[in-house]
Amino acid sequence: MKTVEEIKTAIEAALPEARVELVSNPSPSWQHSLRIDPGHALAIAKFLRDDADLKLDFLSNVTGVDWPDKEITEKVQVMQTIDLTYEGSDQTTEEVVEETRKRIEPGYLETVYHLYSVEKKHGPVILHMRTVNRTDQVELPSFTPLWRSAEFQEREVFDLYGIIFTGHPDLRRLLMWDEFKDHPMRKDYVEPDDFEYEPTAHDEVLKRAEAHRAALSIPAGGRV
Amino acid sequence: MSELKEYVAIADRPEGWNRPAPRAPLDDDGDGELLEVAMGPHHPSTHGVFRMDVALDGERVIRLRPVFGYLHRNHEKIAEGVSYLASMPYTDRLDYVCPITNNWAYALAVEKLSGLVPPERAEYLRVILGELTRFQNHANAVGFLLQEMGASGTPLMYAFREREKILDLFEELTGARMMVNYMRFGGCRVDVSSQWLDHARKVVAGMTGFVDEFERLLASNEILMARCQGVGVLKADLAVNAGVSGPMLRASGVGYDIRKVDSYGIYSRFNFRVPVGDHGDVYDRFMIRILEMRESIGILQQALKDIPVGPVMDPKAKSRGFRPKPGEAYGRIEAPKGELGFYLISDGGPNPYRYRIRPPSLINLTVLEDMCLGHDVADVVLIFGSVDIVLGEVDR
Repeated sequence: MKTVEEIKTAIEAALPEARVELVSNPSPSWQHSLRIDPGHALAIAKFLRDDADLKLDFLSNVTGVDWPDKEITEKVQVMQTIDLTYEGSDQTTEEVVEETRKRIEPGYLETVYHLYSVEKKHGPVILHMRTVNRTDQVELPSFTPLWRSAEFQEREVFDLYGIIFTGHPDLRRLLMWDEFKDHPMRKDYVEPDDFEYEPTAHDEVLKRAEAHRAALSIPAGGRV
Repeated sequence: MSELKEYVAIADRPEGWNRPAPRAPLDDDGDGELLEVAMGPHHPSTHGVFRMDVALDGERVIRLRPVFGYLHRNHEKIAEGVSYLASMPYTDRLDYVCPITNNWAYALAVEKLSGLVPPERAEYLRVILGELTRFQNHANAVGFLLQEMGASGTPLMYAFREREKILDLFEELTGARMMVNYMRFGGCRVDVSSQWLDHARKVVAGMTGFVDEFERLLASNEILMARCQGVGVLKADLAVNAGVSGPMLRASGVGYDIRKVDSYGIYSRFNFRVPVGDHGDVYDRFMIRILEMRESIGILQQALKDIPVGPVMDPKAKSRGFRPKPGEAYGRIEAPKGELGFYLISDGGPNPYRYRIRPPSLINLTVLEDMCLGHDVADVVLIFGSVDIVLGEVDR
């Protein structure tokens, strides 16, 4: 089978406008992957499926991954002008000072696809795709029109992560019930005090609910 | 009728979306009135809690929507909150008929992630236990298929009698009949004794007789042939496109077995064939399982003959403070039900950052509607039974 680098070159030769990035995997599995841009994802996927050398006709696995906002603390070296009085005379010196800065790296949601070829008996080729953010721009193109096996798996990712797959013919929740509001596999998911309207009669749950009500200033007995 | 319109709209599909064209209710087949039936979640044929919303025109199925989630407990989320090893006993509960192969798939994925290598004897033990699991799963699947066909009790009890002998072996080795929790990263939990191997050889020696008897009892049965042949046909190109794997894929005529393709573990050392069907109907799926049971016996005999002495754990493996380096790995095996894969992302911590299971049972159900459309409602039970699923794995 072609290596990941060769596949990347092949994609770039066939689709010059598509952006493909190599993601190296430092673990002993050495399963390197390609990060493709969602805009050209369908064309890339179609190329991988139909290319005579690759023939990746078997989409085995679709995974959603949540990467929340990261607060990164880093030390930066900054030149600083310092005024000091030395032996009665004012002097200005420049000094390199270490400063701790915090910045927030925005989070995103990611899907991972594992492709195999049944005809050529090789694989896996791993594709990654990222959404713009985790809140309002969470659309990714659906691969269901190319591989039926994505149908239920993309529904599951939509259900548990909230990624919206455009072009999916039947995008509904798969495992949670239709009225459910949140996406439980996200890292910042907080489970409700009670899934039903009636609170469960456990002291601990009731106490937790009361604390939440107080925090959100909801009157006693109101739904959290 | 409003329901039917909605269905046609969904099936009004984009280019390449290879879903079967919806069957319009036949004009001369009643007055076109539809009956909606919810089969399940407590229907006895659903192997647990699973619902099929079926739209019927007379007896004919014109729409089928599977509804999942009744057994959902978000195993993946739970696994993200505990250490790698702590998920091992929980994998037993996915496909609770085949706990060994679940253990194996997870151990394989973690070994890929961390670079541990199981010693020779452990690899042999994995093959022996994995093939025993495959044997009892296939016997079970055939037994349940016949049960759903109306052969009340007898074939299932034949299968259970044989399965009980294998479960006794598991109990003797691991202390549990089903929730075995046997494999570890880089090997197996305990070594087998020579008595256990003798016991296993005795059980394997009796298996050929069982399969012969089972096949003679069932394969040429008139009712079974009438009900199964030509029912629930799945074409090879759709099967591959829909990610169908395991005996179901091979029954459709695709010779794809991960034991041969990846030759994970030490499968390249064994001599076995991959049976392939040519019609892709329920009968082929039944027959493939019988034939795979025979191949499993062959592998078991070779493995029990060649098993070397030695340790069963990689000396580099540690049970405490196990932290794989950052990275990701996807490990997959040929489980009795299909391709069972585990995808793990490590961030260097003691817990997996992401823990994903590729459940063969769920993905094999993608084509359930395609296989059932146009058949009678009584055949739905049969086609569903021939997929061979366990809800613990479908819903996770």
